[in-house]
Amino acid sequence: MKVEAKPHYETQTKPKSGADLLVDALIQEEVKTIFGYPGGAVLPIYDALYRSGDAFHHVLARHEQGSIHAAEGYARVTGKPGVVIATSGPGATNLITGIADAMMDSLPVVVFTGQVARGVIGTDAFQEADVMGITTPITKHNYQVQSLSDLPRIVKEAFHIASTGRPGPVVVDIPKDISTEVDDNPPSVEFSLPGYQPNLKPNPLQIKKLTDAMAQAKKPVLLAGAGIHHGKASEELKAFAEQHSLPVVHTLHGLGTFPGSHSLSFGMAGMHGTYAANMALYECDLLINIGSRFDDRLTGKLEHFAPKATVAHIDVDPAEIGKNVPTQIPIVSDSKAALEALLKNAAAAPSTEEWYKKLDNYREEYPLWYNKPETDMVPQWLMEKVHSYTGGDAIVTTDVGQHQMWAAQYYKLEKPNRWVTSGGLGTMGFGFPAAIGAQLAAPDEKVVAVVGDGGFQMTLQELSLLQEMKLPVKVIIVNNQALGMVRQWQESFYEKRYSESILSTQPDFVKLAESYNVRGMRIESQQDLEEKLPEALSNDEPVVVDCRVLQQENVYPMIAPGKGIHEMIGVKP
Amino acid sequence: MRRIVTATVQNRSGVLNRVTGLLAKRQFNIESISVGRTEAEGISKMTFVVDVEDERKLEQLTKQLNKQIDVLKVSDITDKAIVASELALIRVVSNAQIRNEIQGIIEPFRASIIDISKDSLTVQVTGKHEKIEALIDLLRPYGIKELARTGLTAFLRGQQPQVAEMKNYSILK
Ligand SMILES: Cc1ncc(C[n+]2csc(CCOP(=O)(O)OP(=O)(O)O)c2C)c(N)n1
Repeated sequence: MKVEAKPHYETQTKPKSGADLLVDALIQEEVKTIFGYPGGAVLPIYDALYRSGDAFHHVLARHEQGSIHAAEGYARVTGKPGVVIATSGPGATNLITGIADAMMDSLPVVVFTGQVARGVIGTDAFQEADVMGITTPITKHNYQVQSLSDLPRIVKEAFHIASTGRPGPVVVDIPKDISTEVDDNPPSVEFSLPGYQPNLKPNPLQIKKLTDAMAQAKKPVLLAGAGIHHGKASEELKAFAEQHSLPVVHTLHGLGTFPGSHSLSFGMAGMHGTYAANMALYECDLLINIGSRFDDRLTGKLEHFAPKATVAHIDVDPAEIGKNVPTQIPIVSDSKAALEALLKNAAAAPSTEEWYKKLDNYREEYPLWYNKPETDMVPQWLMEKVHSYTGGDAIVTTDVGQHQMWAAQYYKLEKPNRWVTSGGLGTMGFGFPAAIGAQLAAPDEKVVAVVGDGGFQMTLQELSLLQEMKLPVKVIIVNNQALGMVRQWQESFYEKRYSESILSTQPDFVKLAESYNVRGMRIESQQDLEEKLPEALSNDEPVVVDCRVLQQENVYPMIAPGKGIHEMIGVKP
Repeated sequence: MRRIVTATVQNRSGVLNRVTGLLAKRQFNIESISVGRTEAEGISKMTFVVDVEDERKLEQLTKQLNKQIDVLKVSDITDKAIVASELALIRVVSNAQIRNEIQGIIEPFRASIIDISKDSLTVQVTGKHEKIEALIDLLRPYGIKELARTGLTAFLRGQQPQVAEMKNYSILK
């Protein structure tokens, strides 16, 4: 909420408190938006924010988990660090899921947590939590500020570490007495991080190895991962794929790095990927992985993953190379620099015509499929409609579950940085707050949050923000009145024992939205949808659409757990 | 495979926790860790003795360590010419009569008696793992009242032999 009478912020020359130094440092980092929640240990910081006038746009999510997922959405869309502030103890622990999520999905997020005063750390003081201990395994790096003179340098390092190399979350824990302490001499912000020198340029010898392998390959395939987003290398990827007519398959997070409608795109690979994409990985003789970490949801059983292929892996994080899949051609590099080098060193184009024909045939023979009933809605059809009513050009965020997979399958993306989903941690409750962050990052874009009726209920309190900040987020609840993905596994692998997966009691989502002063609507049939949804999606108002879909739909095709990538089930009706 | 891996780290708060937490989280089997300052201000050295399944696991271990911001350098020195030492303090039941006997046992190990009481004495021994094991075995019949051991600490010898000779100098093979 805006308070009119705030003084305009001036960079003071008077002695500054730690909180003032933090504000200065955030201005230095060109932070515009802060996702946060106040509390005792950050009162001095919130006071400094207040005194900073309109230097920042502060977003008061209604739960710290909402703050950090919004910051993740913001980071995913802009590529810049999302900034989060929370108080000590419960404020900090409420962030944990989001920090772990950002770590798994390599999102640049800088988190400031309040801490009890230095003198009482370790005494189980009121609202004390061991934030360093708790966040060490789920951060790229973390700091506890021990002395005021370190603060500006630490903030600078935190932003640098979060946003360079392989991005990730950095936590800065600030004891309250540091925030209030005053320093007369402006401390230095010089930093050196001798242990952190990400290698961004590829080794020419390794590039040569890869171009040589390409010249030999009869069945090459490009696997496009999130590293293409991070490296802003979509154009180079397209040029490279076209230069050699290389078939492209995607990871979940790689969606949008290459135009989904391109003739060389064979769609998403992995557990719920397309048959063609998975067979491309199974049969290829050269696999060029750019910026994917060979997650198990992608590879299926490792011994059947790309068994005949020479594997080349381009990754800015050397620790990912060879971690899961033995790799013959390791290339430690930023995706853009590697692709540029490959474009320049183009070897004789391999002959891929037959290979392409084979994959094209798989694509024709085994397309994604579903049965469309007469009047009722199925989620796959719903996703196709959302795609067509938004011209395939929305920023799509999703929660976790069946709807996430259907969105990935049926909302074909053409452009990068428009796909915001929780892949690594698979965090229910992510999708809706992430959409708020995405909308703040891209105010003029259409943002659609595709959520399940289960996951939406984990973070729906952020509906407050839609009215408060006039954010035209379109929330599509794919309402199957179940924890659909769990129900599907129970149906397939637990003989239909639906243990705690049917949500027979639900709120009235329309009234719920209305109680937050957001328009709510219910759509119960195909006809209903065709009549109401185009208008609801096209205007500049937020809306919550409760879409009633058939409960029994399952996500297909599928690689069952423990199976190989070539053993998909449900590939045909 | 038993390997000796050293890490040079910036001596910042949390670095030990980060490194050991990482090893635990990724299920590496640590036999011992020793940590201490080095000749350079603000720089510490950690020495790990690890038991890893294969080369790939070992590569992961060094890469994951290297990835940490405060870790400056990681080396697997197992196959290099190194000096490596552990320390053990062993309190053994004894009296005036058998003190000399024990003295005789420990002498070839270049161990020393550093504390004596009415009914016990404390032996300090440094050196290779196997040497310390051997001494402990010899002292056990007298009754070991207390035993404390450090992890291994190690670094490269001033002069490295030609590659072909290296294996001979390895202490773990
Ligand atoms: C925080 C959290 N808790 C539990 C799970 C396990 N889980 C994965 S999908 C799923 C069901 C999601 O149901 P819903 O949000 O209704 O989406 P649907 O699958 O029906 O599309 C559950 C419980 C999870 N991913 N995250």
